[in-house]
Amino acid sequence: MAEKIDLPEVVVWDGNFAAANALRQAQVDVVSAYPITPSTPIVEGYGKFVSDGYVDGEFVMVESEHAAMSGCVGASAAGGRVATATSSQGFALMVEVLYQASGMRLPIVLCVVNRALASPLNVRGDHGDMYLGRDSGWIQFDAYNAQEAYDLTLCAFKIGEDHSVRLPVMVHQDGFITSHTAQNVYPLSDDDAYGFVGKFKEMDEMLDFTRPVTYGAQTEEDWHYEHKAKQHKALIDSRSVIDKVFEEFEKKTGRKYNRVESYMMDDAEVAIVALGTTVETARLVAKQIREEKGIKAGVVSPRVFRPFPFDDIRDALKNTKAVACFDRSSPGGALGMLYNEVSGALMTLDKMPIMTNYIYGLGGRDLTTQSITEVYEELAKNAKDGKRSGKVQQFLSLRGPKMEYFE
Amino acid sequence: MSTIKKIKNLKEFSTANDRFEGAHLLCPGCAHSIIVRELMNCTDDNLVIASNTGCLEVSTAVYPYTSWDTSWIHIGFENAATAASGAEAMYKARKKKGTLKDPDAPVKFVAFGGDGSTFDIGFQWMSGAFERGHDFTYICLDNENYANTGGQRSSSTPVGASTSTAPAGRISYGKKQKKKDIVAIMAAHGAPYVAQLAPNKWKSMVKGFQKALDTEGPCFINTVSACTTEWKFDPKDTISITDLATDSLMFPVYEIINGTELNILYRPKNIIPVEEYLAAQGRYKHLFKPENRHVIDAIQKDIDEKWEYLQRREEAKV
Repeated sequence: MAEKIDLPEVVVWDGNFAAANALRQAQVDVVSAYPITPSTPIVEGYGKFVSDGYVDGEFVMVESEHAAMSGCVGASAAGGRVATATSSQGFALMVEVLYQASGMRLPIVLCVVNRALASPLNVRGDHGDMYLGRDSGWIQFDAYNAQEAYDLTLCAFKIGEDHSVRLPVMVHQDGFITSHTAQNVYPLSDDDAYGFVGKFKEMDEMLDFTRPVTYGAQTEEDWHYEHKAKQHKALIDSRSVIDKVFEEFEKKTGRKYNRVESYMMDDAEVAIVALGTTVETARLVAKQIREEKGIKAGVVSPRVFRPFPFDDIRDALKNTKAVACFDRSSPGGALGMLYNEVSGALMTLDKMPIMTNYIYGLGGRDLTTQSITEVYEELAKNAKDGKRSGKVQQFLSLRGPKMEYFE
Repeated sequence: MSTIKKIKNLKEFSTANDRFEGAHLLCPGCAHSIIVRELMNCTDDNLVIASNTGCLEVSTAVYPYTSWDTSWIHIGFENAATAASGAEAMYKARKKKGTLKDPDAPVKFVAFGGDGSTFDIGFQWMSGAFERGHDFTYICLDNENYANTGGQRSSSTPVGASTSTAPAGRISYGKKQKKKDIVAIMAAHGAPYVAQLAPNKWKSMVKGFQKALDTEGPCFINTVSACTTEWKFDPKDTISITDLATDSLMFPVYEIINGTELNILYRPKNIIPVEEYLAAQGRYKHLFKPENRHVIDAIQKDIDEKWEYLQRREEAKV
């Protein structure tokens, strides 16, 4: 039996080590992985746990990220707890198998440390990889700091493996700012963490030979559509299980997660919608700008990015006058994804707030409190005037002449 | 612990323990099902089978049907070796943790791929799995082309064959490049058991399969699988074409143990000229034009040299 680690009440972990510890405590049966910056320390940290006797499961270091996810699929179909980690190009290489994993309804947990996609090659954080996964049929959680990366990874196993869900789950954290910044983290004890996640419950496993199973069959126009529709339904239906597990987690730890997180939204007239570490920076600015300039500012952030929290986003923003959606991914000739999806939810309101879209932070470009302050000021002006002052889409902190599109 | 199944005669063998159902969509005359059935009938152990995308996969698991009366998984074109690796790792983990439903039942892990997925697109995944040393057997169903998608050239396609992406034409005799020597490559991985087997020599095929299943670690077997559709011969002639393949030494039957000990498993009493093998198939028809005679001569020369090489290696045990 694996040795346990006696953790103090508070530890100093970065996001990567927090994720590695969550995998260790969940007693994962197979980790099949390939290293890539900035998620490498998750795999290294886990490897050290293996070498020091803290893990009973198998640790399979494969030859590519595509193989890492392929190994996860084979292992998961054989009936056990499975996890891996990746970033950026590795994520992109995995994409084929991400769809296959969700199509086979295998509850794999993937820790994604968000990083920009080449070209040009870039190892810093943005959300290009996270956005690339958005139609892959996975549940996607977004952590804004190391504590959340740890908590949400534990929750991910419990949610994905629930027999009414049976879907793979990604837990995203921002490259470097979260993954490599040591912060205070309040961990659960090894026993409490495993007690919360629970024992893995097999379903349609390949190692039960009394009931042979065929995984990865072919369907053409006669059945493919029904399968994909059921997958969509499973994602939509997973919302109630996510809520239930978040409640259980709160009971255990006092830390409450919601599918949409709202900050100072009770009386907010203007709001920023963002993901990742930007959320914490925006919260700081919202508080400050309320105190200093009297702007009724708030922050809304999807905690669960997939299934998209359509109703909760709308409810959080229904009383606002102006909303800015922050997209940290190259929009590729369109509006940012968050803008499009949030606007879609707000379209069902009688009166839509004035919407704007800010592209920012690509390839790790810093987003300053100054930039966010300027956005809130622009939102306040839009709210006051009842119309948009600039164009719909603007690029923040970009060298050269101002870039803005769409009217 | 598994036991080697005693197989006395072909009739008994062909009707034993059939875990591969007859109702599948493979072409009449396709050798794939013969080879798969030999593998599945040569053992009573539980089987976890992974298949790459290809003829075998698309013909045996079309929802809501399946031909597999055992655990079976298909992920993509390239990753059956990794699917088997993952399943094998899970088996080890669960055995250690005591979570298997039947922990004492012997289990064997097998991956199937066509030559396209083995020699080309899935090569890296297979190579990785062999380096890691998973306990599984990889079987390539080598029909020397991408038959599932209509007969394109692969790196297994031999010199001179006409395929849809390297067709014989007014100025071309078909494929110009030599077939990749996959058996040597896999032996060079240090695999404990590597072989090239043929379904017409069913006894050596069964023995080879059993050896591979019973050997701990990654084992590789290349099997010649005559393709009635793309090699262009009458579906009833599958085995006689394969006889020509092994008797002309186009497909020598041999094994390599631990990367060094090479044993020839079939020595034709009368070695036939390769011309006879080529002449029996439509894909080589154009080689019999006078201007292409040199291609047949070159193929024969390669075969003679390879046979000489195999015999010398067998003698020298290197």
